[in-house]
Amino acid sequence: MAQQALVTADQQREAVPEPVIRVRGLRNQFGTQVVHDNLDLDVRKGEVLGVVGGSGSGKSVLLRTIIGLRRQQAGTVEIMGRDTSKLTERDAKDLRAQWGVLFQDGALFSSLSVAENIQVPLKEYTKLSRRLMDEVTRVKIVMTGLPADAAVKFPSELSGGMRKRAGLARALALDPNILFLDEPTAGLDPIGAANFDQLIGTLQQSLGLTVFMVTHDLDSLIAICDRIAVLIDKKIVVGTIKELLKLDHPWIQEYFRGPRARAAFGE
Amino acid sequence: MAVAEQGLLDIRRGEGQWVVVATGVWDISTLPSLDDAVRKIAPDRGDKVRIDMSGIDKLDSAGAWVLFRLRQRLQDEGYDADVEGLRPEHAGLFANISSAKDVPELQKAKFRPVLHMLEHVGRRTFQMASEARDLLSFFGEICFAVAYVLTHPRRIKLVPVINQMEQVGLNALPIVGLLAFLIGVVLAFQGADQLARFGAEIYTVNLLGVSFLREIGILITSIIIAGRSGSAFTAQIGTMKVNEEIDAMSALGLSPIQLLVLPRLLALILVLPLLGFYADIMGLIGGAIMSMFVLDISVARFIEQLNGALSMWTFWIGIIKAPFFAFVIAMIGCFNGLKVAGSAESVGMMTTKAVVQAIFLVIVLDAVFSILFSYLKI
Repeated sequence: MAQQALVTADQQREAVPEPVIRVRGLRNQFGTQVVHDNLDLDVRKGEVLGVVGGSGSGKSVLLRTIIGLRRQQAGTVEIMGRDTSKLTERDAKDLRAQWGVLFQDGALFSSLSVAENIQVPLKEYTKLSRRLMDEVTRVKIVMTGLPADAAVKFPSELSGGMRKRAGLARALALDPNILFLDEPTAGLDPIGAANFDQLIGTLQQSLGLTVFMVTHDLDSLIAICDRIAVLIDKKIVVGTIKELLKLDHPWIQEYFRGPRARAAFGE
Repeated sequence: MAVAEQGLLDIRRGEGQWVVVATGVWDISTLPSLDDAVRKIAPDRGDKVRIDMSGIDKLDSAGAWVLFRLRQRLQDEGYDADVEGLRPEHAGLFANISSAKDVPELQKAKFRPVLHMLEHVGRRTFQMASEARDLLSFFGEICFAVAYVLTHPRRIKLVPVINQMEQVGLNALPIVGLLAFLIGVVLAFQGADQLARFGAEIYTVNLLGVSFLREIGILITSIIIAGRSGSAFTAQIGTMKVNEEIDAMSALGLSPIQLLVLPRLLALILVLPLLGFYADIMGLIGGAIMSMFVLDISVARFIEQLNGALSMWTFWIGIIKAPFFAFVIAMIGCFNGLKVAGSAESVGMMTTKAVVQAIFLVIVLDAVFSILFSYLKI
């Protein structure tokens, strides 16, 4: 039965031309501990993919491998058709301008104000005039729902939710095609988390983003994810929630049928 | 992508109509060349203005902003400025950024040098005053903690003290020894050079012995330890502060002063006199070796001369100062560590501050001791 669902996912995959991210035969290990083994994953253009898995199943490692912070032991990662391990320094830089990353706690540069944080990628990658750059910065601040006075504040003066929004504003500075989010709603209160979900949903639709989101938040999985990738047994199973529910792997069943999941589904 | 990666701005005029036609790619890469042209658009009075966006292939939020700003400006100037041909997938962008116009300009305070300087001086003065007060209150807290620990001897935790003694004392032996040795060598060489002019080479030994034992040995050691361990105290405690470990301690009813400050303080007070003594010996060895080579003074002669030059007090004057220096270094280090706030940058700033303050205070204290000793005629 598991096999069957995977096949349907594969068939769907063929209908879509070129995936934005294509991972093949990925192997990651720390010492003798293998985290990923022969892992395949496709992320389609314009979708929101939620990545879930138990603690230590290598969700963040996968994200770090895809964005090139970690070199895999085997396998390939292709982003927009380009193998990330075979890029020249310059091509790699161009590619990095195509994606934005929101780290878990925002990872803002603590010595820079929010506005300056947003301007770091703008200064590095664009030739905007001073005036237009300030305007674009303001646009990003508004887009991510930060209050106007946040621009001149420093990261240590912001609340956790605002730091995430500021991190998102920096990730979106260049209007990337792909957005990587590492647990975007962790540590936010339910209202803040729901707002953040909504924000990502709207931005994704209006900017046509492809979103790769590591999360544990069942509500956001249901609210904004088109498909869900489950990391189990060093591999990945992808599907919509309905498809995943048909699989009888114990972890998946427990995850999507547990009391919290039932509450999230509104059953 | 068949279209060239280029954005175009075209203005068609005629019969009381202005049509601003935007085509191609309007994103952050093409905007630098488009922005000025957009800003310069100034239609004739009374004309009807339209913005035609049907030819836009790619639009990002920055591009949308530039066009939105244009429409806003034209409307404020009293034109209709209708937008045409907006693609449905781009509509969301406009909805998203429409409130950006309400965000005030990113404030850049005008630079006024004199005012700035005055403000800076004033702020620093207040800062220094409040810092001095905080330091005094920290000194008070330490005194209370010491009193508490003395009345509750079971509260004394020996393991952290010994651990700190190893880190600040034992591990510092190589660097302290090497530097003291080298300074002994240099001092002997320079002294010999000068004293040889009036045939008093043998007094190099006196110079070396007195200056090393009274001042240089302990001063060098204190400065090295301020740089090595004072900074470490600040960085360790500061990082714990950033990680909220200090708050966790307080929440558990543990006293950071007792658990973090006192062991470091006690360890340094115990260890610094020993290090100072060790530096004295190493400096004298350096001087003796140098005297042997340059002045042909044998080791036996060196010791004999030294014996005549020094009294027990020469030695004690140096060593007496050590616990006081140790107290200052440890207190300043811990104080600045506890003052760390918020960020990693703050840890670095406070560490620098701790080292500078500790070295400064050590030298000031040394001067105070000199005056005191000269009054006491020692």
